[in-house]
Amino acid sequence: MRKDVVRMFRIWGQTFLPSVVTSVLYFSVFGTVLGSRIGEMQGVDYIIFVVPGLVMLAIVTNAYANSSFTFFQSKFFMRSIDEILVSPTPPWLMIAGFITGGVIRGVLVGAFVLVISVFFTNLELTVASIAIISFFAILTAMVFALAGLVNGVYAKTIDAINIVPTFVLAPLVYLGGIFYSVHVLPPWWQAITYANPLFYLINGFRYGFLGQADISPAISAGVLIALIVILVGINWYLIKKGLGLKQ
Amino acid sequence: MITNSQTSKDTPALKVASLTKTYASGTEALKGVSLEVPEGDFFALLGPNGAGKTTIIGIVAGLVNKTSGKVSVFEHDIDKEHERAKTYIGLVGQEVNFNPFEKPLDIVVNQGGYYGIPRQIALPRAKKILTDLGLGDKMDQIAFGLSGGMKRRLMIARALIHEPQFLILDEPTAGVDVELRRSMWDYLRELNQTGVTILLTTHYLEEAEQLCKHVAIINKGEIVASGAMKDILAMHDKNESAKAKYRGSTLEEVFLQLTKEK
Repeated sequence: MRKDVVRMFRIWGQTFLPSVVTSVLYFSVFGTVLGSRIGEMQGVDYIIFVVPGLVMLAIVTNAYANSSFTFFQSKFFMRSIDEILVSPTPPWLMIAGFITGGVIRGVLVGAFVLVISVFFTNLELTVASIAIISFFAILTAMVFALAGLVNGVYAKTIDAINIVPTFVLAPLVYLGGIFYSVHVLPPWWQAITYANPLFYLINGFRYGFLGQADISPAISAGVLIALIVILVGINWYLIKKGLGLKQ
Repeated sequence: MITNSQTSKDTPALKVASLTKTYASGTEALKGVSLEVPEGDFFALLGPNGAGKTTIIGIVAGLVNKTSGKVSVFEHDIDKEHERAKTYIGLVGQEVNFNPFEKPLDIVVNQGGYYGIPRQIALPRAKKILTDLGLGDKMDQIAFGLSGGMKRRLMIARALIHEPQFLILDEPTAGVDVELRRSMWDYLRELNQTGVTILLTTHYLEEAEQLCKHVAIINKGEIVASGAMKDILAMHDKNESAKAKYRGSTLEEVFLQLTKEK
């Protein structure tokens, strides 16, 4: 974990800066330019409505990318993963080490995006709302760091690392309700949205910001915790058996 | 911190019984290998390329899954006491496998972390090992700029940070110049004299002849000879050598006699 944190700060231009720049563009285009024409959604200004989704987008992509790429490069480029595999480090500790780096990067970048939102909105947060946001931020980062780790462990080529974020993660995030409320969708699309795990994360997060969401925050938290348990189990099995790691 | 328990002199450092390995490609790399490395020994595992040496080492170190058979390190079964068995082993692999953008000191200290060694203990220990191996003035430079020989020594330093009782060296002197090779021999001899058991694979047979007390020769996944170095050397068939025109060390002749195509 220490190695990973040192690395992510050393190459901050690759790890932290891109999401910050992207979020400035999102706030400018979707919030200020388009938002002024859209007006309100769920009773709040559109630019405020999209803040939770954009913070979460930063957390999701960074937590995922960090653990998937860190693990993949350690097993693919220099086989430095062997340093850990020959040691008595148990699988649960390997999982904890790799996802902690992802969680730290995801939450830090999410915090940067939140700070940027202050310059574009008049968002007011209470201590209670910050606590809820932090809770959902950490759980979300854990889910996607774990998902990224599964990808990193199992990937056999660098393409496999890039395909999942592009063709699976991005559609799930954008169709999960970052830019709209589920209530503006036709019933059949609403039904599909309820099957998207990202919808629950975004709404839990939105509850922390706005005090309202499409579904109960308890359901969001329950879905997140269930996903964490499932993903920890998958990672543990893959690492214990050495699938994708050992010959 | 994980520490090794005391071992008695009668305990074999490594015991391999009926070990087989068939890769997913169908290649049968090991066909029921059995061997024993006594504690405190300097043991050579020799064989031509593709004979199965690195597969055995990979299985012992936890980098390769075996197909069947039993392996124990200081009587700790690698299946049942996986983590305990690993605390005894230090591995210097065949390929350079550290992150070249890290500093040697960080590489060695971080390795200590994987064995639960606190940083305040690992740091002075790493500095001493790196200095002993002639890397004292390179420990704070990026490892990318090290020469081939320095990278090999860094891998030895990394394998020693947790003070293993069983050091496995997979061709540690490949591509290393004569002078440096000799200094590495001296270092390994001293290490062995402190009680560390060493398993060495090498293609430099004079190296094995100089350093090792016992030897096993593997060919096509099977052990074809095993025993004390002097007994293996005694297998030297002088008539065969005369026919083939003697060109190398005695061990080299025996090796060729045992591994040549029939």
